[in-house]
Amino acid sequence: MRLREHAARLAILIVVAAAALIPLAAWLRTPLVHARMAESGGWGPDVLHARAGVPLLVRLTSDDVVHGFAVGQSDAPPVDVLPGKVSQTWVEFDQPGTYTFYCTRWCGPNHWRMRGVIEVEGSETAHAVPASPPLFQVLGIDLDLPHPAAATPSAHPDAQRGRALAGRLEKPIDLNLDEYRAQSPAAVWQKWRTDRGLAGLSDQDLWDLVAYTYASQINTADRSEAAQLYAANCAACHGQRGDGQGVFADALTQNNLDMGGTSDMSPATGPVRPVDFTDPASMLGASPALLHGKILRGGMGTGMPMWGAILTDPQIWNLAAFLYTFQFDEEPVS
Amino acid sequence: MKTRSMVLRTRGMNLLKKRGWQVALSTVMLAGLAFTAVAGWVGTPIGSRNFAIAFVWIGWFAALIILLIPIFGRGWCSICPIPMVGDWVQRGAVLEPQGRPPRGLGLRVPSLLRNMWTQNAAFALLALFSASILTSPRITAAALVGMFVLATGLSLVFENRAFCRYVCPMGGFIGLYSQVAPIELRVAAREKCTACQTKDCYNGSASGYGCPWGVFPTSLTRNNYCGLCLECLRTCPNDNLAIRVRPVAADLYVPSTRSDEAFKSLIMLGSAMVYAAVLLGPWTAFKFAAFGIGSLAWLVNAAVFLVLVLGLLPGSLWLVGRLSQRLTPSAEGTQANPSARGRSPFAAFATPLVPLGLAFWAAFSLTFFLTNGSYVLSSISDPLGLGWNLIGTAGVGWQPILAGAIAPLQTAVLVGGFIWAAGVARRVTERLQLPSLPLIGFLFLPTVVMLWLLL
Repeated sequence: MRLREHAARLAILIVVAAAALIPLAAWLRTPLVHARMAESGGWGPDVLHARAGVPLLVRLTSDDVVHGFAVGQSDAPPVDVLPGKVSQTWVEFDQPGTYTFYCTRWCGPNHWRMRGVIEVEGSETAHAVPASPPLFQVLGIDLDLPHPAAATPSAHPDAQRGRALAGRLEKPIDLNLDEYRAQSPAAVWQKWRTDRGLAGLSDQDLWDLVAYTYASQINTADRSEAAQLYAANCAACHGQRGDGQGVFADALTQNNLDMGGTSDMSPATGPVRPVDFTDPASMLGASPALLHGKILRGGMGTGMPMWGAILTDPQIWNLAAFLYTFQFDEEPVS
Repeated sequence: MKTRSMVLRTRGMNLLKKRGWQVALSTVMLAGLAFTAVAGWVGTPIGSRNFAIAFVWIGWFAALIILLIPIFGRGWCSICPIPMVGDWVQRGAVLEPQGRPPRGLGLRVPSLLRNMWTQNAAFALLALFSASILTSPRITAAALVGMFVLATGLSLVFENRAFCRYVCPMGGFIGLYSQVAPIELRVAAREKCTACQTKDCYNGSASGYGCPWGVFPTSLTRNNYCGLCLECLRTCPNDNLAIRVRPVAADLYVPSTRSDEAFKSLIMLGSAMVYAAVLLGPWTAFKFAAFGIGSLAWLVNAAVFLVLVLGLLPGSLWLVGRLSQRLTPSAEGTQANPSARGRSPFAAFATPLVPLGLAFWAAFSLTFFLTNGSYVLSSISDPLGLGWNLIGTAGVGWQPILAGAIAPLQTAVLVGGFIWAAGVARRVTERLQLPSLPLIGFLFLPTVVMLWLLL
């Protein structure tokens, strides 16, 4: 009788312990990257480790809403991370370094905070390419100060009209790449306004010429890619029409208020509301170098994230060029 | 000569008297509880993908309400894992009695608490957090473990199953509606019990333990306080106890006189309506309020719930009782009928709420199960959301089952429940010699509200 009792106790203990410990052990042995909205903690873990040249299997699951996983400056397509399901993808890096992975879905007001890094180690030392400082630093542009346009047009500048005008000019207008990147449209307009050769043109004619000139800096394919990048990464806050009325714009302002800030922050950091790209005063006063710097570094003390770890340098320049489309009525320039 | 059915009955009873199958099943359930707790705690927090939510609240709960309770009454309690460890620790054995005195302090539950009020409060408390419990695997895991720890702890302090009898919110739910089940455990011949000197069914013997629910089986007239632990079948020296088939809802022939039981019926009825409004209704404000534990909206939601189940519904039923007394035909009738005088027949009038409440819960669970049942399949195959596919159903997408039949089924269940409850109401009022129309009218109103909520 005693033996039967002891056998029963042992059997119960084994069955119940197995029921608890087997799933627990399986859970411990199944590393998953958990995606949560930034408000709930973001990626967990947010630091992954890999070795250069060795593929890394990343298994992902979402603990709340649909997220996306992508590695910055990589051509690999993003992977959807679905709630309660496991997605997986392989990533591989040629060079040691620190790479950023990020969420590609508008998952919540702080979606842009969902970033993590992959630390890639390698036995051989990578040939470090000395990085040149970004143009805004070379030019000494203070990204955090307002740069209002000294002059603004009375009507929307028309790049097509500007193109037609340029064709009729005796002396072709000239704006090389360095000049384009370093100067704001308003500065170019002011420079041309004082040009005697252009004295016969009206103010609006000159704005149309500026519009044409800026639109000419990006080709159709790059512009199309930039439009997609804008839609995927910028429109959530800045709005599809660039008016600063994206779906998360109000939440960003509220976040700032919740953190004890004011709706307009300090003059040094600028407004916390997403910038309105349709506002001529701010956009026409911004040079491509300034916009490039803002995108590259992000906005200090605002919700604007840094994109330097995610977008390539050409992508950022194209994006900066694309932003002027909110000021100029322009057709793609092929 | 024994007939074939008698032989089968005898064999069936002999099987029930054996303890091994019950311990084995309880062990499986205990393992299931442990697995559910682990899955809920470490598995994906997405409720629809976690075993603790999808299997327990969508699968098990629907099966409990739609099948187990209406057919087997308290059958679930006989293998429920929550009190098992407490029982085993108290007895010092998992199988037959070892002849030792019970372990633990063995205190009697204070007389003040020997009623259903604690259970009512526990269910109401559970209902206040239900939106989170039903959707958050971790909270479900914590609630299950909490109940398990409490049940085990109370077994060490009090005699018998104090938790099951006086605290368990699910036990209260199951007990209430087990009164409609077509089976019962009862004594065969009361005179044998009267003559019995040892009362082994209550005190225990070498064959089995004394009733862990503290019930003297001879006094059983209703299912709600018998946990079907089957110990009395094992201990009765006269073989005087049996599980019998009986007419459906036979317990309701004699109306209850206890206000704690009446409140239990009202809390269950009101909870079904609130659950339907919050979990199945289109009002996002209700959902946010129910989920926002501790927020002002949640406090308002809790206050509305408590006012409904502890104030509005009981108050209305009390007034209906009074109205029935006022409507009693003549002064002579009033003189001749003691029910027409004195206190409102509140407790007796709550009797028809048992079939009506069961219909409410069944209609609610039908929607819950038929709409979300497909999640059960995926959660069984990948219970923790780790990317497993144990039985090949992890990829089953969300798909309502018999979507076109949900509304007709709900209507049938609710209308059927109302007709059933109206029949019980007539029987109750005839017994009390009071007019039935006010009570039937009282039953009609929540039925209409529930139909509106669900359809």
